[in-house]
Amino acid sequence: MKKRKERIDRGIKARSADIFALSSYREMLYLLAPGAIPVIGLLCFAPLLSAYWKEVVISTAVYALLAISWDMLMGAGLLSLGQSLFFGIGSYIAGTLNYYWGVSPFLTIPIATLVGGALCMVLLLPVLRLRGIYFAMVTLVLPLMFARLVEATRIFGGTEGLTGLTPFPNQMTAFYVIAVALLCALFGFRRIMSSDYGLVIKAINDNDRSVMNAGINIYWYKAQVLFMGASVGCFAGAFVTHLDMFAGMPGFALDYSIMPVAAAVVGGTGTFAGPMLGAFILVPLSEMLRALGALRIVFYGLFLVIFVVGIPEGIFSYIQQKYHQLERWVEVE
Amino acid sequence: MLLGTIIYGFINSAILALLAMGFNLTFGISGVANFAYGAVYIFSGFTVWIMLNTAGLPYLPSVIIAIFAAGALGILIYYAIIIRIKGMPLSEVMATFGLGLAIMELFRYFNFVGYKYKLPVFIDGSISIGDVYVDYQRLIIGLFAICLTFSLYLFTHHTKIGMACRAIAQDERTALTFGINSDVVGAFSMGLGCVLAAIAAIVILPLGTIAVEGGYEVLINALAVCIVGGLGSTVGILVASVLIGYSQTITANYLEPHWMMLVSLIAIAVVLVIKPSGMFSHQKELEERI
Repeated sequence: MKKRKERIDRGIKARSADIFALSSYREMLYLLAPGAIPVIGLLCFAPLLSAYWKEVVISTAVYALLAISWDMLMGAGLLSLGQSLFFGIGSYIAGTLNYYWGVSPFLTIPIATLVGGALCMVLLLPVLRLRGIYFAMVTLVLPLMFARLVEATRIFGGTEGLTGLTPFPNQMTAFYVIAVALLCALFGFRRIMSSDYGLVIKAINDNDRSVMNAGINIYWYKAQVLFMGASVGCFAGAFVTHLDMFAGMPGFALDYSIMPVAAAVVGGTGTFAGPMLGAFILVPLSEMLRALGALRIVFYGLFLVIFVVGIPEGIFSYIQQKYHQLERWVEVE
Repeated sequence: MLLGTIIYGFINSAILALLAMGFNLTFGISGVANFAYGAVYIFSGFTVWIMLNTAGLPYLPSVIIAIFAAGALGILIYYAIIIRIKGMPLSEVMATFGLGLAIMELFRYFNFVGYKYKLPVFIDGSISIGDVYVDYQRLIIGLFAICLTFSLYLFTHHTKIGMACRAIAQDERTALTFGINSDVVGAFSMGLGCVLAAIAAIVILPLGTIAVEGGYEVLINALAVCIVGGLGSTVGILVASVLIGYSQTITANYLEPHWMMLVSLIAIAVVLVIKPSGMFSHQKELEERI
């Protein structure tokens, strides 16, 4: 007697998915509970941790932001291998403003987010006309070249970087700034992608020519996506600059490029919650494996390979499946 | 100064051409962008070093072992990873990038860092052309670049497997109807690309030390040349490497060596603005441009 596994959507999902005729608290809870987990976890439980682990959560949130930004770009079919470009540019803008003109962190960060996003968009605008691996190639090359540029021209402090920048008033302020930013990015991007506007972006990823056929300017949409993704990356860079009181060449380091990609792929691309979940798995894990040193990057690399080849849909979609669907064994006739 | 610029510019171009050739060949034939290319380069350099200094073999056998090891690694990557995600370029890029990173950082973890990791030059000494001193190793690099280009041309135009590779590159489905196995050719192209990386490593690495960072540099140089020349086009690679090679040397001689890296950045920017698919790419124009 052969059996196969059958998956059916739960009744509650079917009822509450499209029609929004919510008839009970149970159905509302069913819809709201998954979204409430990160909010409650970040805003209520994480502040109870010790100072050291709060620090870990902060750096995890930074990587999660980079991963979400990566996922946004990936939504339009733009594979970025250089998230550190955004990170570094955001970090240098905030650092420069603060170092030379003494602007307060609460002004430099928004400025770095917007100006940095626009700058990255302009920098990468020529590549948008191409698809496929060109974007990946150029984004991989750019941050390393910018690091060289800073080294060669000795602008912005050269190899030593800009030190002694204004820190946040205290750890809790920094913590809430990054937590709120992360939640805004997560829910904002999810909202954008479920709107009609997001549908166009998804369509560009699936079949750009038919989108062009529909009379839509795909380059304009891609530029907008790039601006959104880059802004989030720049925010992360500007935030870390004030957290570490330092802006310098490490901002363009490969760490900030590979970690978000690994996190997004492990968590599951295209969902935004997946990359965040991936970051919250990988960063604390690597914190625990701190003794291994360079071997951590080896692990990220291997994680990336294993998940891309073996489990391309990622962990999050598995969880989603368990949440939304019933599984049962049925006999094969 | 002028003669020196011409000679060293030529050698710099030869180095760039050697670095880009393997990456370009793999992409040109099977459409796989091998982002583990820099890692294979470093891997072959360290393999030669290990064979020479740890295993104590003579030079020639260790070089041959390294070349075969690189080829085997390429074929292994193809059958273990690429074949499962073939046709999804972005997944291919992510997987090979992750793998390359893992290989390179593994060498760093095992402490392959320092000045003792050097490969021997082929022939010691130098020669003076006019009033410019050039060491033999640099001349050999130039010679290798020319020989490899010609032998690759002969290989792809006058051997059966070479023509099969070109067939797959031009139209995979039609090639299949002629009984060409695209997986075998794909694995072969990956292996050949890695072998070329190994040859480049063996010829170029004696000029300096083997460093893990070198792997990233190699990948970046190869990508820069490929973007400027146009992916998958051999003529493009040669022209682009001459262009970038000479402008780098001129910059280094007349301005400052620091600015050398900027040259490729500017070249990439200019090419992307004017003709995004590269100077000489023609066959994939339709797919890449949209």
